Amino acid sequence: MSEVRLGVLALQGAFREHIAMLQRLNVEAAEVRLAGELDDLDGLIIPGGESTSMGLVAERWGLVEPLRQWVHGGRPTWGTCAGMILLAEHATGQKLGGQALIGGLDVTVNRNYFGRQVDSFEADLNVPALGDTPFHAVFIRAPAITAVAEDVETLATVAALGDETESVVTAVRKGPILATAFHPELTGDLRWHRFFVQIVSDFKSCSG
Amino acid sequence: MSTKNGQQRDGQVERGTFAVKAGLAQMLKGGVIMDVVTADQARIAEEAGACAVMALERVPADIRKDGGVARMSDPRLIKEIMTAVTIPVMAKVRIGHFVEAQILEALGVDYIDESEVLTPADESHHINKHSFTIPFVCGCRNLGEALRRIAEGAAMIRTKGEAGTGDVVEAVRHARNVNGAIRRISRMDADELFTYAKDIQAPYELVKETAEQNRLPVVNFAAGGVATPADAALMMQLGVDGVFVGSGIFKSDDPAKRAHAIVQAVTHFNDPHILAEVSENLGAPMVGINVTELSEAEKLAERGW
Repeated sequence: MSEVRLGVLALQGAFREHIAMLQRLNVEAAEVRLAGELDDLDGLIIPGGESTSMGLVAERWGLVEPLRQWVHGGRPTWGTCAGMILLAEHATGQKLGGQALIGGLDVTVNRNYFGRQVDSFEADLNVPALGDTPFHAVFIRAPAITAVAEDVETLATVAALGDETESVVTAVRKGPILATAFHPELTGDLRWHRFFVQIVSDFKSCSG
Repeated sequence: MSTKNGQQRDGQVERGTFAVKAGLAQMLKGGVIMDVVTADQARIAEEAGACAVMALERVPADIRKDGGVARMSDPRLIKEIMTAVTIPVMAKVRIGHFVEAQILEALGVDYIDESEVLTPADESHHINKHSFTIPFVCGCRNLGEALRRIAEGAAMIRTKGEAGTGDVVEAVRHARNVNGAIRRISRMDADELFTYAKDIQAPYELVKETAEQNRLPVVNFAAGGVATPADAALMMQLGVDGVFVGSGIFKSDDPAKRAHAIVQAVTHFNDPHILAEVSENLGAPMVGINVTELSEAEKLAERGW
């Protein structure tokens, strides 16, 4: 793997946990609050938190457009939970008046698909991309992906609400863009972070 | 479905675990939780970038002014606020009033604040928070109080400060108490930790975990007296994870503008140029009460055991 430098969007939410996970992998990670801090990064993580809070703070300091350029320019980006909502081209269940989205990932996200905090849950997911061992995922007031474009690869699913025979998508990848509805940064399992670092590293060596 | 220990199982899905309770608090970090008394105020808070709202009937400044017994809010009001916004909604119960907590759980609020701002219902016991699926946040003045609340099942802690005063001095005192104690115990040897746990009346295992990790086992916000963007940034620089603002927003001249400014200040707490910019022209803050002018009986932070 070539040396990579990652940024974690630090406007609000669980950014410190992502940085701690990357440090455990000996990957350099920086907090990103202003547009200039995107320079010299090879990849970006948009963490969990409240997507409305992040969107409003990003707007205030002119960060939405640089983030759009970053993602639409094909730079490696991973959104977890709120980060996944911000990356989605379409979102349902938004606050009145909508919210600023970055877009770039052609999926439809339902913002609080799984409901309120009483419905938050943990579950083992089969994720072939990470190997045979199931991934123990933590879902907090979590969104789900209800529609994906053809060129978007589904990496994990979970039973749909009210119908165990149906499933909804909880993790996807499209080229250098990764999105998860759950929070790998709240677990001790480094596999998703290693997976993303590999994407960043591959992207850097083919574009570098 | 059994709710024992807050765990519910259906198939492989587990709800109400400590990981999902503490996990929501982790998602609120770096954010501002605002007291609101109407659905309209909740919308203003959401538009200003609040990461959650606290639904209550009267802000602490009015509770102080009006006197009488302060209780859980009318469920109708809480439901209206839950419908109005997409961000998490918290609500307060009296210390020890586990039935008010059962009612809030039935309403499906996202977090319960077992709060000294309301009139205590039990003078020796706090709620056993392990028996709920909904997570709880509790106030503290020092490390011992924080760890006692965590032992009872609190998944998030806040400093008590002195609510409804607009005077940040008590929030600073409590944040310094907690963080100073953590710095001291992280250098103690095992013999000293046993004695320290006894002295602060906290479970040894939690004292040990805190010392090893050099931080509280759960997220810690500041509360009680934050009125300006500078106050909020001060608390962040003292090492808290986020900020509750009660009376400070809707008792000021221009709530929307001040709410927006405090949100920006919590994200950019280490950038004095941005703090200067957002502090400009906010109109008058809440008038406030100097904490040194309060008698001991008037101090809400003394409630809780």
